[in-house]
Amino acid sequence: MTADLVAGYALRIGDDALIAAQRLAEWSARAPEMEEDIALSNIALDQLGVARSLLSYAGLLAGADDPSAARDEDALAFGRDDHEFRNCLLVELPNAGPAAAPGTPGDFAVTMAKLLFVATYQHLLYERLSASTDEQLSAIAGKARKESAYHRDHATQWTVRLGDGTPYSHDRMQAAVDDLWPYTHELFTDDPLTRGLAADGVGPTPSALREPWLATVDLVLSEATLVRPVDGWAPTGGRDGRHTEHLSYLLAEMQVLHRAHPGASW
Amino acid sequence: MSWPLWEVFVRPRRGLSHTHVGSLHAPDAATALRNARDVYTRRQEGVSIWVVPASAVTASSPDEKDSFFDPAADKIYRHPTFYTVPEGAQHL
Repeated sequence: MTADLVAGYALRIGDDALIAAQRLAEWSARAPEMEEDIALSNIALDQLGVARSLLSYAGLLAGADDPSAARDEDALAFGRDDHEFRNCLLVELPNAGPAAAPGTPGDFAVTMAKLLFVATYQHLLYERLSASTDEQLSAIAGKARKESAYHRDHATQWTVRLGDGTPYSHDRMQAAVDDLWPYTHELFTDDPLTRGLAADGVGPTPSALREPWLATVDLVLSEATLVRPVDGWAPTGGRDGRHTEHLSYLLAEMQVLHRAHPGASW
Repeated sequence: MSWPLWEVFVRPRRGLSHTHVGSLHAPDAATALRNARDVYTRRQEGVSIWVVPASAVTASSPDEKDSFFDPAADKIYRHPTFYTVPEGAQHL
C-alpha cells in the first residue's frame, strides 16, 4: 500500500521534472543569446536527470507486488498517454504563455516566470524530501536540491533584470507573472495521496510549502518592481491526469521517435 | 551583439592558479559569472571562476613581438640548469 503511494508520488514529481525539461529544451538553438541557450539547456538536463531517477524509482515500485507490472524510465516517459501523466499544469504550459496557439515562438519572460515559480517550489520540496523516511527519495532529493537552488537563482536574476529594466520589459515580465500565477496554486494542493505520505514522514504536505514559497517569490517580485497578482482562479487536475491541451502536443513531439521505433537507442 | 565581452578564468582545483579558458558575452558581471559557470564548468572543470571585462585587459601587440620576446631566446643562463642536483633530491 505504501509502495503504491510512494510510486504515485515519485511519478508526480518525476513528471513535473520531465515536462519542465522538455519545455526548456524547446529553447535549444532558439534562446535570445548563445550563453543563455547553454544555460537553459543545462537546466533542462538537470531536470531530466532528476526525472530519470524518479521515474525509474516509480517504475521499480510499480512492480513491488507483481514483477510483471514493473516498468523502466523509457516506458514511463515515452509509453504513456497524456491522461496517464501526473505533472502539474504549470510545467506543461507553452513557452509562449497559457493562451498561446501551438507553434507560437517562446516568450522569454514567460519561461523565466515559470522557472522562478517551479524552481522555488522544487527547491523547497527537495529540501524537505532529503529528510524523507524513504531512503531512495531522500537520496534523489539530496542531489537535486543543489541544482534547483541554481535554477531558482537563474530565474531570479532574469526576473529582476526584466522587471526592473525598461518600461517595456517590465510590462512583459508582469504580464508573464499574471498569466502564470493561477497555475501555481496546484503546486500546494493537498489530496489523499500527499496526506497519506505526510503521515508516514515520506513527503511534505504541499500546502505547508506555500508560505515559504511566497516568502521567496515575494522578495524577488518586489526587487523586480513587480506586483504579486491577486489569488483567484486556481485550475487543477494535472495530478489526476486531467491536463490542458498543450500536454498532448508536447508529448507528440517528445514521444514520436520512441513510438515509431520502440526500444530505439544510440 | 550588444553585450560586452568578458574573459573567463577558471581554477581547476585548490592549489592551482586561475587559467584563461575563453570568453563570453554578458550584460553585467553577475550574469557573466553565471554564464561562465554554464559555458565553462559543466564538466567539473573548476572550483573557482573569475570574469574580467575584456576591455580591462591591456594586451601586448603582435607588432611588439620581436622586441618583447626575442631577447629572451638566447639567455640560457636564466634557466637554472647550471646547478648540480644533490643525489636523492626529488620534485625539482
